Amino acid sequence: MPAVLIDDVYKRFGDLEVLKGVSLNVESGQVVALIGRSGSGKSTLLRCINGLEAINSGRIEVAGHVVDQDQKKLRELRKDVGIVFQSYNLFPHLTVGQNIMLSPRITQNVPQDKAAALARDVLAQVGLSEKFDSYPDNLSGGQQQRVAIARSLAMRPKVMLFDEVTSALDPELTGEVLLVMEKLAKAGMTMLLVTHEMNFARNVASTTVFMHQGKIWESGPSQELFANPQTPELRNFVSAGAK
Amino acid sequence: MQTFGWPEAMFIFRAAGWTLLLTAIAFVIGGVIGGALAIMRLSRIALIRNIASVYILVIQSIPVLMVLFMSYYGLSIIGIELPPFLAASASLAVYVSAYLAEIWRGSIQSVPFQQWEASASLAHSPAQTYRYVILPQAVRISLPPTVGFLVQLVKNTSIVSVVGFVELSRAGQLVNNATFQAFQVFSLVAAIYFAICFPLSRLSRHLEKVMNASRSH
Repeated sequence: MPAVLIDDVYKRFGDLEVLKGVSLNVESGQVVALIGRSGSGKSTLLRCINGLEAINSGRIEVAGHVVDQDQKKLRELRKDVGIVFQSYNLFPHLTVGQNIMLSPRITQNVPQDKAAALARDVLAQVGLSEKFDSYPDNLSGGQQQRVAIARSLAMRPKVMLFDEVTSALDPELTGEVLLVMEKLAKAGMTMLLVTHEMNFARNVASTTVFMHQGKIWESGPSQELFANPQTPELRNFVSAGAK
Repeated sequence: MQTFGWPEAMFIFRAAGWTLLLTAIAFVIGGVIGGALAIMRLSRIALIRNIASVYILVIQSIPVLMVLFMSYYGLSIIGIELPPFLAASASLAVYVSAYLAEIWRGSIQSVPFQQWEASASLAHSPAQTYRYVILPQAVRISLPPTVGFLVQLVKNTSIVSVVGFVELSRAGQLVNNATFQAFQVFSLVAAIYFAICFPLSRLSRHLEKVMNASRSH
């Protein structure tokens, strides 16, 4: 069974139809990049996968959970599906360590000492062991984003979603975040990422999906897709991004 | 005729204690009710939201004096006689709850909505989101206006003198009636109000500066 199964999904915001029949499967361990212009529906699609947006019709399954707006079911789903946002969204009143320990402690009843060990473990994975007691305000954007990734990892998710996680970062800070994500991909994490980093999509994602006007316009193995775009829309998009 | 001396001054000081006690009781009880109302105002269920809205709207639209008259004289008509201190505390608590509810609702809403999303995405329940993520941030935001409101409350407790409860203002009146030394008497009363309110005002302003500094970096 695929890790993520999206079947004929429609999503409207009022009169605006944002997703017009999107279907997509992501296998376990696969890394899929969603690319496309702003407004093409790629972020909305990602947010539908963990139920932050409710779909109007169609069906989404992820990590064995059917996405449903029932709050209890959503919470079960979200224990298995992590998401990292463009704006990091760390909790500013908690230290880095507390940010990471909070959810395992209150949603999975992990005891304090185990949660601390878990936090140190995931912080080491993102290369920020020394920041355990720092507050988010005292970290750079890149460091905050790496902590946000660590915070999601502490839930031991089966699928990770990344919503334009480097878009708010200076170019020199983008690299450190992408590096962490690349490591995660190589470790076999199932990942869906909305990105404007074409090189990352090409080199790290096994599959790239190009969205246009609320539909999957073109998709395929990343190297092939970028080398040989079949539609004029993707050709324009790729050449505009290549400059 | 008496003259204004130590015994009279002590009488006024003791009454200031009642003013402080009244303020504290109204603030604590009003705060508990106000906190509940603030969260009700933000409920996903329209009925709960509306109940809180109506309560706040009604209380904010009538003078505290009327609430006081209703609880003191109004209830006595139907046979419930509240002692002045109880009527005064209850009326002020009702007044406080409506105002704190709005201050705190605003504070909760000024926590960025992304914090709600991040918390929900980490599988927290709405109650956990409030407890661990939203309220700790909202409390910080609400401190300056809450302390500012406390200053208003200290001064507004003087209104309960109309039902015969002897707090600071009423004590001043009584002493003045006996001594006719209005200037000395009310200077002392004013000085005591000032001594309570001025530090609170400064605290409120200080907290505001601290909050602004921590938010800007």
